Amino acid sequence: MLLSSLIILPLLAVLAVLFCKELKQIRVVAFIGSVLQLGLVAYLLLGYNIVGALNFKHEGFLLEEDYNWFPFLNIHYHVGVDGISMAMIMLTSVIVTAGILISWKMKELSKEFFILLLLLSASAYGFFISLDLFTMFFFLELAVIPKYLLITIWGSGKKEYSAMKLALMLMAGSALIFVGIMGLYYTTHSFDLQTISQTVIDPEKQKIIFPFLFIGFGFFAALFPFHTWVPDGHSSAPTAASMFLAGISMKLGGYGCLKVATYLLPVAAQYYSPYIIALSAIAILYGAFATMMQTDLKYINAYSSVSHCGFVLLGIGMLTQTAITGAVIQMVSHGLMTALFFAAIGMLYERTHTRQVKELGGLLKAIPFISTVFIIAGLCSLGLPGLSGFVAEFTVFVGSWQRTETAYRIATVLSCMSIVVTAVYILRAIASSVLGPLKNEHFFNLKDAAWNEKLAAVLLLAGIIIIGVMPYLLQNFITDSTVNIIHHLNGSK
Amino acid sequence: MPENFFILFKQELWVIAIIFLLLLIKLKSKQLTVNTLLNGINILLLLNFINGFFFNEEGRLFGKMFVTNHLYVFEKNILNLSVLLISLQSTKWLENHKHIIEFYVLLLSSLLGMFLMISSANILMLYVGLELSTIPLAAAANFDLKRKTSGEGAMKLIISSAFSSAILLLGISFLYGCTGTLDFSVINNLLQQQPLHIAAFLLFFVGLLFKVSAVPFHLWTADVYEGSPVAITSFLSVASKSAAIFVILNVLNKMAQPLFITWHTVLIWVALITIIIGNLFAIRQQNLKRLLAFSSIAQVGFILLAVSTNSSAGNASIIYFILIYVLSNLAVFGVITLVSAVLQKETITDYQSFYTNNKFLSWCLCIGFFSLAGVPPTAGFFGKLFLLMSAAQGITYTILAIAALNMVISMYYYLRVVKTIFAKNENSCIEKISIPASNKIALIICVMGVLLTGILSGAYNYIISLQ
Repeated sequence: MLLSSLIILPLLAVLAVLFCKELKQIRVVAFIGSVLQLGLVAYLLLGYNIVGALNFKHEGFLLEEDYNWFPFLNIHYHVGVDGISMAMIMLTSVIVTAGILISWKMKELSKEFFILLLLLSASAYGFFISLDLFTMFFFLELAVIPKYLLITIWGSGKKEYSAMKLALMLMAGSALIFVGIMGLYYTTHSFDLQTISQTVIDPEKQKIIFPFLFIGFGFFAALFPFHTWVPDGHSSAPTAASMFLAGISMKLGGYGCLKVATYLLPVAAQYYSPYIIALSAIAILYGAFATMMQTDLKYINAYSSVSHCGFVLLGIGMLTQTAITGAVIQMVSHGLMTALFFAAIGMLYERTHTRQVKELGGLLKAIPFISTVFIIAGLCSLGLPGLSGFVAEFTVFVGSWQRTETAYRIATVLSCMSIVVTAVYILRAIASSVLGPLKNEHFFNLKDAAWNEKLAAVLLLAGIIIIGVMPYLLQNFITDSTVNIIHHLNGSK
Repeated sequence: MPENFFILFKQELWVIAIIFLLLLIKLKSKQLTVNTLLNGINILLLLNFINGFFFNEEGRLFGKMFVTNHLYVFEKNILNLSVLLISLQSTKWLENHKHIIEFYVLLLSSLLGMFLMISSANILMLYVGLELSTIPLAAAANFDLKRKTSGEGAMKLIISSAFSSAILLLGISFLYGCTGTLDFSVINNLLQQQPLHIAAFLLFFVGLLFKVSAVPFHLWTADVYEGSPVAITSFLSVASKSAAIFVILNVLNKMAQPLFITWHTVLIWVALITIIIGNLFAIRQQNLKRLLAFSSIAQVGFILLAVSTNSSAGNASIIYFILIYVLSNLAVFGVITLVSAVLQKETITDYQSFYTNNKFLSWCLCIGFFSLAGVPPTAGFFGKLFLLMSAAQGITYTILAIAALNMVISMYYYLRVVKTIFAKNENSCIEKISIPASNKIALIICVMGVLLTGILSGAYNYIISLQ
């Protein structure tokens, strides 16, 4: 029941919020719900480390629960965690808590807002702990409608267009994933991740199924050229939804590409590896250059997300252990960093009512806390040592360099160069929006962050710094699982 | 007459009894108020629905023309449920109508026809049931006597169904000519892959495809749906369509096994075109009833895709999907009926910022639409995926991908309505609509059904156990 309570807890919180009447009650209940999640995840982490230490280099998954859901179709509700899903669960709990804190002052339809946020967290947990493809798909699609509603009701700018684009593109991704899952089901007569991974699938068949799964999850992970929902969706969404979208939602895709497509279809993964690398190198460079042209802070972060998520797919596509570990760390790191960035932008926007870089300036003097947070998030994005971004990208590069073929080397070098571009746009954004002289006199009267915003920022900052300074904490248990994946990949050569 | 006649024929007998009871009341209805009458009828329909769950047996009647078994009883229960829900939902509309009893007599006659059609093991019985189920509906479609479109809808319905019956009869006479019998099982033994047999079967089959409005035989649907009163529209799109699907399943399984290759190919293409055309036309619709007409065409396409596989798992998935389709469609129609009865508004733009004053109704509408679109956690997700799962057995990756991507198109037009509901517009805001108790009960049943029949796997497992 321990793992299932990750899904049940948010649902209970949803029920509780449903019966609340006043704004105060609603947000307190939602906050308590999210803190309980955080506590539960911490407890799970503790349990995972203890159990993991007992049987060192364990194969497979821990804390499994299995319930025969639709016996006739062999659909199980089957959950369990390994190191990678543990990392993802941690990320989710932190971001959801921060998101709820950030939207503390949400007044308009606040009940619906918090319910949808909590539903999103339930779906993300469900996705990361599922060991059954059908259950996984269920949770993946569960998240689409809350995202749509969050953007179309509470969003800003061209919100209806962006929300529709996001919903349709993600549904298209889901449709492809569904076809891929069907392919697997009718080859192995099972939806179970472990059973399928132990079945030998004909290489030709793998080559047919793999693109469906990888491109399908690629829609979620902003695989070039299926990334176009990212900039619009992220910039139209309300702050908490942007944090969730960039922080967790895109990771669903990365996780799926790794744990479903690559893990279950190893031969095809090797066959398609060059194409994946090419596409993700394009995404990295294209994202970076596109960011240079942006003037809206949210668009800057949204396009840079495309670039950063390119590193996730690059790491997966390289198929070396280090690179895959790097990809997972990048997922966590980017999730925290981008959530922090969006939180900071949201706080700035709430006060100054503009997100245009040109209209801001010198905010460090007026609202020092928020500006500092903004700067740290930026530095993490450009990969400053000591923060999580450096660890993640460095690991991916080292892993990529292990592939000695010329084409791979070229892709690695090109991707590395994006760091320079990143530095340009991040430093420029910081310089002109936070540093320098104060451009608008009204900015002097702005109030700095309230307690809830500070708490949210500190939570995310703590994650970034802990990973940055002590990466081995995260690396240790991710490595156990990536070793498994690599074994599986090499075993099937 | 066999001893267990009253058990085997009980569902039909109940409906007949209610019809006669209503006619008796009509003779001396002066004493009854409208509310008493409606409540009484609703209780009778509830009893009729409950009746289907007890003392069920399998057997044959009328010289093997009429067959019943647990699966058929379940199918009839679905139809009973839909009639009950439609009746609960249309109280508001009927309160101001003079001809309440006639409405129910027509509706129940049509239901009786559907029962006979589902249970038939003989083409003659099938044809009688089919006609009995369509002709009363044409009269009922004309029930808004003052609206011209209502008359137009009725006219289109009667002409198109007469046309399709003619084709059906042509097919039947050819089949009789080929095999010399009208009994399903005997025909099944005698049919062969010969041009004449195939032609006979296809004519017969086209007649049935008319009833489910598969493309290219769908042209009557949208106009009839738009013209009819909402209660009849929902009956047409829910009950008639499901009954016709049940019959198609029955006919293909019991009568046309030798021609599997033929109808497998035909069905895949018809299904694919139906899905695509239904979805593409739905995008442009402004009237909610027309939108639902085209969306139901697309849904039928998905069903036909699963019908093409001819497997027992497929049949279970289809019946499961129909149960969900009934519930989710009625959740949507429940809201539309109410809004249309109170405000006479039916286009999508009328629903702008509907959410501001009508939260409960908005969520019912949204959940219904989500279920039709196949989004979790609603049952529509499970229904549609199981349909495609069974369809995936017999079709290529390309066709499966096209069908799956069509769910994206359908998502677009459903979300368009959802977007309108939540859009903020203080100027043209629908005022708060008071919901009568019966409508509320019906909506709650639909919404709970939509939310629970999927996640709790009981319903699906039950249907599997019936086969």
